[in-house]
Amino acid sequence: MVALLRAVIRRDLLLAWRRRADIATVVLFFVIVVSLFPLGVGPEPNLLRTIAPGIIWVAALLACMLSLQQMFASDHSDGALDQMLLAAAPLGMIVIARAFAHWLISGLPLVILSPVLAIQFDLAPELSPVLTLSLLLGTPILTLTGAIGAALTLGLRGGGMLLALLVLPLYVPVLILGAGAVDAASAGLGADAHLLLLAAQLVVTATFAPWAIAAALRISAE
Amino acid sequence: MNQPVLLAGGINVFKYAAPQTFYPLAGKMIPWFGWIAAAFCAAGLYVGFFVAPTDHQQGESYRIIFIHVPAAWMSMFIYVVMAFWAGVGLIFNTRLSHMMVSALVPTGAMFTFVALWTGALWGKPTWGTWWAWDARMTSELILLFLYFGFMALQAGIDDARRADRAGAVLALVGVVNIPIIYFSVKWWNTLHQGASVSLTSAPTMATTMLTGMLLMALAAWMYTIAAALHRVRSIILEREHGATWINEYAETKA
Amino acid sequence: MNWGSWDNFWMMGGYGLYVWGSYAVTLALIVAEIALLRMRRREALDTLRQHNGAQA
Repeated sequence: MVALLRAVIRRDLLLAWRRRADIATVVLFFVIVVSLFPLGVGPEPNLLRTIAPGIIWVAALLACMLSLQQMFASDHSDGALDQMLLAAAPLGMIVIARAFAHWLISGLPLVILSPVLAIQFDLAPELSPVLTLSLLLGTPILTLTGAIGAALTLGLRGGGMLLALLVLPLYVPVLILGAGAVDAASAGLGADAHLLLLAAQLVVTATFAPWAIAAALRISAE
Repeated sequence: MNQPVLLAGGINVFKYAAPQTFYPLAGKMIPWFGWIAAAFCAAGLYVGFFVAPTDHQQGESYRIIFIHVPAAWMSMFIYVVMAFWAGVGLIFNTRLSHMMVSALVPTGAMFTFVALWTGALWGKPTWGTWWAWDARMTSELILLFLYFGFMALQAGIDDARRADRAGAVLALVGVVNIPIIYFSVKWWNTLHQGASVSLTSAPTMATTMLTGMLLMALAAWMYTIAAALHRVRSIILEREHGATWINEYAETKA
Repeated sequence: MNWGSWDNFWMMGGYGLYVWGSYAVTLALIVAEIALLRMRRREALDTLRQHNGAQA
């Protein structure tokens, strides 16, 4: 089983490496969206410090969603998906491996980049690790939940917009807990409660989402 | 594809799960539910406007409650019923359950919108604002987005079977997420007390107010059943136009 | 509840706009939904009739 997981992850990472421009697109999108906000609301440092967690989190949500369209699309067009469905290995396991690989490609870069963006907004140095940790716990939830939407909208016309419509409302709790963690820390309340709830949601999502993704893939591939 | 349902039609328990048995039955039930809904609505409005007293805090503006609360209840209840039929449809592979899910969605979305609209009109005189990022209002807004997402997904899929099953998965994912969304929004709201308004409802509600509200809730319930049955009949007609039984109904003949 | 006059009833103690705004929009939506339901049924039946006509 471990060998299978490793093989799937390696395959996905290799494919992603061949198309590394796609990864760069997601990261650039994230940075550009975040950088647009000061231009929109003005350079007032106190205001920017207040809204920084929310902005970075919303941008992360949008960037994750943007990358989701690619998650199964090429497999669907080149027939790799049909092989996945027919494979002897349980589809749920393959799906977990693929989601993890996808998170490494599209979620982890956002997490790593977040301290840099925090500096852009002059976020207090002690808040930056909280932001990074909240993204580390939150972005896998975004990938897993979003993968359900990606599997459901596979091969549909206007799939991208549709995916946004399906997935964004489901991202609300992650956004609240993630951005809230930083807010709570800056208010001196401590971010533990938020981060623990985020971790709990990650565990629950990781347990149940693979089933839903697998079911959705079967439905879409029929 | 017709085969399993035809077989199921022979078994008593699943008898009404077959579209051809359900279609005439639903046709007979619609007027009943429609008239019962109208009667409850008339009674509820009478109690609400002519029996229930003026609220000593909110004056007459509270009378919006007679549609606001039933609409909010129905908006959530319909989503749960949808998810139930979605689950039944996925497990037992009954087409009628899936049709029922699609039939419920527009009515659910309508009640969600009504709850938001009346909430805004109630909020303006009571709290002085059309919209507050209160936990209940925000969750209701997200519920509306979930309904729209469901409709958009089904509209985007041409194949009826895929639309049914994809919609069912989405409805189940949605129903699991609704409580999580509600509690996270509620928590978010309590942490940002600054902008929030106190929503603790009137400490005691006059019995007649409660009666009016319950009567209107029953009316909304019956209306939903009538509307869903009507819509499911149209869906059956749209889907089954190869089947011979449908032509036996005079109304379909040229 | 005694309103005294219809004027008082429509005034709703000064909240007429809010109360009747709520009820009017709800009524309009329900009427619209019923109209849409009827239209959908008529269209489905029309399609069926055309289908039958083509077969005959």
